[in-house]
Amino acid sequence: MHFHKYEKIWLSFGIVSLIVFLSVVGVSAFSQNHTPSGGMDTIDPEKVNETAPFDNPGVTQLDEDTYQVAIVALAFGYNAPDLRVPVGKEIIFKVTSTDVVHSFTIDDTKVNMMVVPGRITTKSYTFEEPGKYLILCNEYCGTGHHMMSTEIEVY
Amino acid sequence: MDKKQSDHDMNLRGTLVSVFFVGIVIVAMWVAVYLMYVAR
Amino acid sequence: MIAQPERKIALWHLGVAYTAFLIGTLMGVLQVFIRNDALQLPAWLDYYQILTAHGVLLALIYTTFFIFAFFITGMSKSLGSFGPKVRLFSWIGLWVTLLGTVMATVMIVAGEASVLYTFYAPLKANGFYYVGLALVIVGTWISSFALVGHYMVWRRNNKGQLSPLFAFMTITTIVLWIIACLGVVATVLFQYIPWAFGWTDTINVELSRSLFWYFGHPLVYFWLLPAYIAWYTIVPKLLGVKVFSDSLARLAFVLFILFSIPVGFHHQLTEPGISNFWKFLQVVLTFMVIVPSLMTAFSMFATFEISGRKKGGTGLFGWFKKLPWRDVRFTSIFIAMAFFIPGGAGGIINASFQLNEVVHNTLWIVGHFHITVGTPVAMTFMGLTFWLIPYLTGRRFTKRMQRLGFVQIITWSIGMLLMSTAQHVLGLMGAPRRTAYSGYNDHPSAMEWFDGIISNHVTMAIGGTILFLSAMILMYIVIMTMFVSPKAETPEQMVEFPLAESDMSNTPKWLENWWIWIGIAAALIIIAYAIPLTHMIQHAPPGSKGFITW
Ligand code: HEM
Ligand SMILES: [Cu+2]
Ligand SMILES: [Cu+2]
Repeated sequence: MHFHKYEKIWLSFGIVSLIVFLSVVGVSAFSQNHTPSGGMDTIDPEKVNETAPFDNPGVTQLDEDTYQVAIVALAFGYNAPDLRVPVGKEIIFKVTSTDVVHSFTIDDTKVNMMVVPGRITTKSYTFEEPGKYLILCNEYCGTGHHMMSTEIEVY
Repeated sequence: MDKKQSDHDMNLRGTLVSVFFVGIVIVAMWVAVYLMYVAR
Repeated sequence: MIAQPERKIALWHLGVAYTAFLIGTLMGVLQVFIRNDALQLPAWLDYYQILTAHGVLLALIYTTFFIFAFFITGMSKSLGSFGPKVRLFSWIGLWVTLLGTVMATVMIVAGEASVLYTFYAPLKANGFYYVGLALVIVGTWISSFALVGHYMVWRRNNKGQLSPLFAFMTITTIVLWIIACLGVVATVLFQYIPWAFGWTDTINVELSRSLFWYFGHPLVYFWLLPAYIAWYTIVPKLLGVKVFSDSLARLAFVLFILFSIPVGFHHQLTEPGISNFWKFLQVVLTFMVIVPSLMTAFSMFATFEISGRKKGGTGLFGWFKKLPWRDVRFTSIFIAMAFFIPGGAGGIINASFQLNEVVHNTLWIVGHFHITVGTPVAMTFMGLTFWLIPYLTGRRFTKRMQRLGFVQIITWSIGMLLMSTAQHVLGLMGAPRRTAYSGYNDHPSAMEWFDGIISNHVTMAIGGTILFLSAMILMYIVIMTMFVSPKAETPEQMVEFPLAESDMSNTPKWLENWWIWIGIAAALIIIAYAIPLTHMIQHAPPGSKGFITW
């Protein structure tokens, strides 16, 4: 098996680029907490409304700088009253579903969470700009999928 | 034929430039989306 | 020319493939017009029903039937005529796959299966939709085993020899396919079917998703590798040269067996139930599978350059002008390759762990797979169709058809350029995929997406319309070359199967030792999947009952 000299140059360049990409995302993810949404918590999908924190959905202040937002996704909307959160504070979103798979996606942010019944998806995000942000479902969930949306106000 | 020599016969400079064009597309697109990610 | 029975089997595959293509592309053009509110569907028809049909018929059925037509023809050409058993099982495979296709399609048309081609639980389709899809897989396995049997006979008769490159690559693709299908077969057989027919009440959703994507990523390589086979073994012949490097071509292919399977989590990067460690591990493995594609890029350009220089091209790029641009069999595949440059680059972005949050389930993804499977793969298949059908029917590929072929590939390129660019841009701005028309109550953000020069409702619709016209031109060419074009009478009129010579004298024998590759692949799969899947089963939340939300 024989590689042409130029092919060696090309593959080295390619492999080094890939290693650089991986290092950039890996370091940023694991040392600066930029991992994608996820989490290992489970929940009974039929008992969501009785299980904390989803028995009391909406915004709760955890401490000075941290807020938690609990949201229940269901066909075709979100059970999340009064979504108002402050700018510059860490917001921890916790989302689950009572029926099929949905997403909880806030336009123009890094919040793009898959919502799977039986599981709780978590994502921490800090808003930098005040305003009203569109929230929508981008995982197909049925006839009303394209209507499934709400809004969050950042003040 | 000796392998070294067959390399010599094969002029693949155009190939090298072309694949590097591909490489630049890859890097440029990746960096663009990475910057979008950071900005969000 | 290959034996008559194989020609018949291959032509039947092509007939089914292009029937699926016809219906699928019609659905595609409906989609673009529903998405921009230009078209209201009657009450009995739903956007998501159409989208399910589009995904299933194009991504699963068109590709699969075309691939087997190509494989059957190429295997008969490079290894010799099929024996009676191979023929019989190829027919059985065809009929089982077709039966499954019809069953799944009937369920979609009946409105019992608007769950898209990914059929994520706990959306619950009619059980026969899943049975249909299972039969499609079983059918392809039967056809696969027929081809493997044919290959084994050849190996037995040619002890100690490397098989021809086409056969080697076909078997690689089949090995990959069979290992990949284990995941979807497991979830459909043991999770979906019992649940859909009511034998079990609930389903483990995250497990079903993970088993699906264990299959879903190598599925895209099952589409791509046949296109690569054409790039490696057909294109050099069209250029009048040999395969650039037989051993590197084979090496690239075995790397696909190793690294295209243990990577499915890169489709699940933003979902719960898989820890970051396992997600990232599979991201790393995903990056390994980029390497054989980098090797392929080099081989392709080298093939072009060597050919162009042989024909007198000088300077850095003189060879480029010497390529046979007037040969539609070549130009089509060249354009297909060109689309794969941004397509592949987009794939690297999608797999880049948290960067996936920017693009996941947005229209970017739709743009992405239309410039991977929808053009590089599909247009390579078109470029093959131009000669494959006349080769099999013994008809001519007339000058008029060749000109139409050019019109077809150029319109497809323009249409796809418009549609996919609009989709990429819209996706980066945040517009979601898999949605009928929606302005989200005229939310300013949503209004903004569709307000750009490229990112507007019109660009996508124009692109989609041009694409559909192109698809209909292709259908015309298919029907003409299949049934109408004049029979070839002189040797010059005969259409050939352009299979390039490949110099195997420096190819090491161990490349064709399948047990090495299957063994390493199995080890990698176990490393990547055993622990997270076990965890998913052992720490499963209460399961989900089914929902019919359409
Ligand atoms: C006439 C040509 C085509 C047009 C106009 C077209 C149009 C579209 C559009 C607009 C969507 C997105 C719908 C949405 O997300 O709401 C879509 C999805 C899709 N297309 Fe195409 N397409 C064409 C050809 C193809 C081809 C040739 C393939 C593959 C071989 C393909 C594979 C797919 C797949 C897999 C999906 C995703 C389905 C899903 O989300 O479940 N398309 N197409
Ligand atoms: Cu939805
Ligand atoms: Cu993938």
